[in-house]
Amino acid sequence: MDVLKKVPVKEQNPKVRATNFDEVCYGYNFDEAKQEASRCLQCKNPKCVAGCPVSINIPGFIKEIGNGNMEAAFQEISKYSALPAVCGRVCPQETQCEQRCIRGIKGEPVSIGKLERFAADWARENKIEPKKPHATNGRKVAVIGAGPSGLTCAGDLAKLGYEVTIFEALHEPGGVLVYGIPEFRLPKNTVVKAEIENVKALGVKIETNVIIGKSITIDELIEEEGFEAVFIGSGAGLPKFMGIPGENANGVFSANEYLTRSNLMKAFDDSYDTPIIAGRKVAVVGGGNVAMDAARTALRLGADVTIVYRRSEAELPARAEEVHHAKEEGIKLQTLTNPKEILVNENGWVCGMRCVKMELGEPDETGRKKPIEKKGSEFVLEADTVIMALGTSPNPLISSTTKGLDTNKYRCIIADEENGQTTKMGVFAGGDAVTGSATVILAMGAGKAAAKGIDQYLQNNE
Amino acid sequence: MADKYNYTIMKKESLADSIYLMDIKAPRVSRHCYPGQFIIVKMDEKGERIPLTICDYDREAGTVTIVFQAIGSSTKRMAEYEAGDAFEDFTGPLGRRSELIDMPRGELKKKRILYVAGGVGTAPVYPQVKWLKQNGYEADCIIGARNKDFVILEDRIKEQVKDLYLCTDDGSYGFHGNVCDCIRDLIENKGKHYDIIVAIGPMIMMKFVCILTKELGIKTIVSMNPVMVDGTGMCGACRLTIGGKIKFACVDGPEFDGHLVNFDEAMKRSQMYKSQEGRAMLRETEGDTHHHPGCECHES
Ligand SMILES: Cc1cc2nc3c(=O)[nH]c(=O)nc-3n(C[C@H](O)[C@H](O)[C@H](O)COP(=O)(O)OP(=O)(O)OC[C@H]3O[C@@H](n4cnc5c(N)ncnc54)[C@H](O)[C@@H]3O)c2cc1C
Ligand SMILES: Cc1cc2nc3c(=O)[nH]c(=O)nc-3n(C[C@H](O)[C@H](O)[C@H](O)COP(=O)(O)OP(=O)(O)OC[C@H]3O[C@@H](n4cnc5c(N)ncnc54)[C@H](O)[C@@H]3O)c2cc1C
Ligand code: SF4
Ligand code: SF4
Ligand code: FES
Repeated sequence: MDVLKKVPVKEQNPKVRATNFDEVCYGYNFDEAKQEASRCLQCKNPKCVAGCPVSINIPGFIKEIGNGNMEAAFQEISKYSALPAVCGRVCPQETQCEQRCIRGIKGEPVSIGKLERFAADWARENKIEPKKPHATNGRKVAVIGAGPSGLTCAGDLAKLGYEVTIFEALHEPGGVLVYGIPEFRLPKNTVVKAEIENVKALGVKIETNVIIGKSITIDELIEEEGFEAVFIGSGAGLPKFMGIPGENANGVFSANEYLTRSNLMKAFDDSYDTPIIAGRKVAVVGGGNVAMDAARTALRLGADVTIVYRRSEAELPARAEEVHHAKEEGIKLQTLTNPKEILVNENGWVCGMRCVKMELGEPDETGRKKPIEKKGSEFVLEADTVIMALGTSPNPLISSTTKGLDTNKYRCIIADEENGQTTKMGVFAGGDAVTGSATVILAMGAGKAAAKGIDQYLQNNE
Repeated sequence: MADKYNYTIMKKESLADSIYLMDIKAPRVSRHCYPGQFIIVKMDEKGERIPLTICDYDREAGTVTIVFQAIGSSTKRMAEYEAGDAFEDFTGPLGRRSELIDMPRGELKKKRILYVAGGVGTAPVYPQVKWLKQNGYEADCIIGARNKDFVILEDRIKEQVKDLYLCTDDGSYGFHGNVCDCIRDLIENKGKHYDIIVAIGPMIMMKFVCILTKELGIKTIVSMNPVMVDGTGMCGACRLTIGGKIKFACVDGPEFDGHLVNFDEAMKRSQMYKSQEGRAMLRETEGDTHHHPGCECHES
């Protein structure tokens, strides 16, 4: 074994997986996990922990895996995270825990994500549940949204003895984990459902089909239903469009619509009623995780897919692993390209996309080189379907129906990073609703911080 | 299909050929809904999310009334449900309530209002005229249908309005002609004056009503029903062009100023899944390749 390298992980063959929705990565087995765990140096001052937004005791759980004590490893992780099987799969480890790992200075970092995933998968397969809290204290807290931030906040509050109810607008809990991130990256029935069941096992109630701001308002939850505090984890679900001609043509979708049809509504499975227009030649506009997921979904539905991104490959904001997988599967990258117009045929359907080539200029305020149009470089990209993956912003439904809840100019709810406190007494917020679209683990970190904040607030308000 | 789900069908009634009314037990929705809003129902695990307008509600009984037309595979499947069965999911109320409800009362008092209902679109008109009557206002109403058999809710609406007019394409009942002919007749021959027209029905009907009322200079509100998925503003499937701007019908509507709606685009978009859906039907009802092109009701 080469200690400078990660123990390789088995994956589905790219040619085969391009035609199915089964999980791409198989994860480690018992022996591989033990072997990878042995690469951890058990640092006295573990830099990796500082890279994890929820500060998981990484050397602690890895040590247990090394000893073959998988249950102890899982319980150690569970102290910090309610969704380890999810995070092990979808965290951008290369910019978080693994980026700081000492092993990474000379060689590859420890495969922390894959080990975390292994411990969580092992626990699920062996029916191990996280430790249950003791008695409840009878005080009610409402959580809005069953995404990573809401689930984490609810789980932590339940552990502290609160009676927590999550109100979720959709018919299924999970947020982006169920409607956005595809099955082949994050299996819904096995992984996501099981981790949500673990949160419920802590005593958290989840009421689906309730849209706060429509079915009931925050003020009514407090005044009529007896909730003493509220956490808003409603995410950033509102899709953006470019505002170019032809964008309302038949065959143009937001990535959210395309992914929701395929993931939440299971349109990829013929036995479900919801239809999806897969497309034959699909152009996906954008370069983040959302773009990769939409592209790889379209590929699996049988399309020929090109990703159109205005900067260069080095700037792609998606997780490195996803870009690598997408390319392996045969997705084309058309970088330094920007759409100008979607061409529409006489029946109102997409028949191509007029694009312009870009080049990178001076760095802009975000520090990234600004793409500028190359004069006279316009061309038409063949396409019958266009998927817009340009990012999302928070839905104003809650902020517009709650008096005293302030938002910033991006419509994000203003909340204290330390404890989630918003401008309205007793109301806390975190996750994408506060930061704009970010990551699962940052949303979880915010949910944790708010749980602490709510506990403190309620203790001061006996 | 019963028991294991929450949203029980308390009552089912057949209003016309393939048009059904159901009262659904959904206390949260019932307590907070208003005329103009809609719900989304999902029959079971494999069902799609079907948007339907709220046609009545009983806050005490905790029920919401829906009226739907069995036109495609989902609505046909829904028509097989009976009282006592239950749906897995029933979400709402969604969308904004009718603009008239939020109009200052003094201002509303001065308005002469005409409702124009087309086919199954008659159902969403009912809670609006009922609300007006309860609050001391009275509107007129035209119900238009293809023929006599497709006129629904006539008696119930009659109780809530000042004057009710009926028209059918084939003249089998009421005025012989479509709703546009009927509006013109009221204004040009019957000495009627209106400040606001609310038109709810097939898109093609709403389009032609708007062309007419623009010519007549009468403000017109329409209720749009584009393809939807979540109904909460998350997918953008329901987007429409309103006065040159993109709007999401599920959160910005479903009611809009009819004179600003790009109907041609909306009608093209609403056809998007029809061919797909045709294929699903084909799988289910072997050999039957027929698929209804749109709404059964009155196309003016
Ligand atoms: C396609 C896609 C791929 C992604 N891939 C990754 C990845 O690989 N790694 C990663 O770390 N991050 C990824 N992300 C980002 C990540 O998923 C989000 O940052 C994270 O889910 C945010 O969590 P949240 O709890 O704040 O909100 P969400 O997950 O958005 O959950 C919010 C929940 O609140 C509900 N809600 C909204 N409004 C209301 C209301 N009014 N009443 C009741 N409920 C309401 C919503 O229905 C939803 O269930 C991806 C995102 C997308 C869209
Ligand atoms: C806000 C709103 C209110 C509505 N109110 C009513 C009502 O009160 N009564 C009633 O009978 N119908 C109403 N509709 C229309 C109803 O939702 C559609 O008739 C139904 O979804 C069609 O499903 P189907 O599979 O039976 O029919 P098909 O016509 O075969 O539908 C094919 C596919 O197209 C999509 N689709 C087609 N038309 C629509 C549409 N108008 N809205 C959403 N999806 C569509 C669906 O995804 C469906 O899978 C409303 C729609 C909206 C958006
Ligand atoms: S939760 Fe994410 S960042 Fe934290 S240790 Fe696990 S993979 Fe790394
Ligand atoms: S930094 Fe790397 S080697 Fe050190 S404890 Fe963390 S995972 Fe182990
Ligand atoms: S239905 Fe999804 S945004 Fe309106």
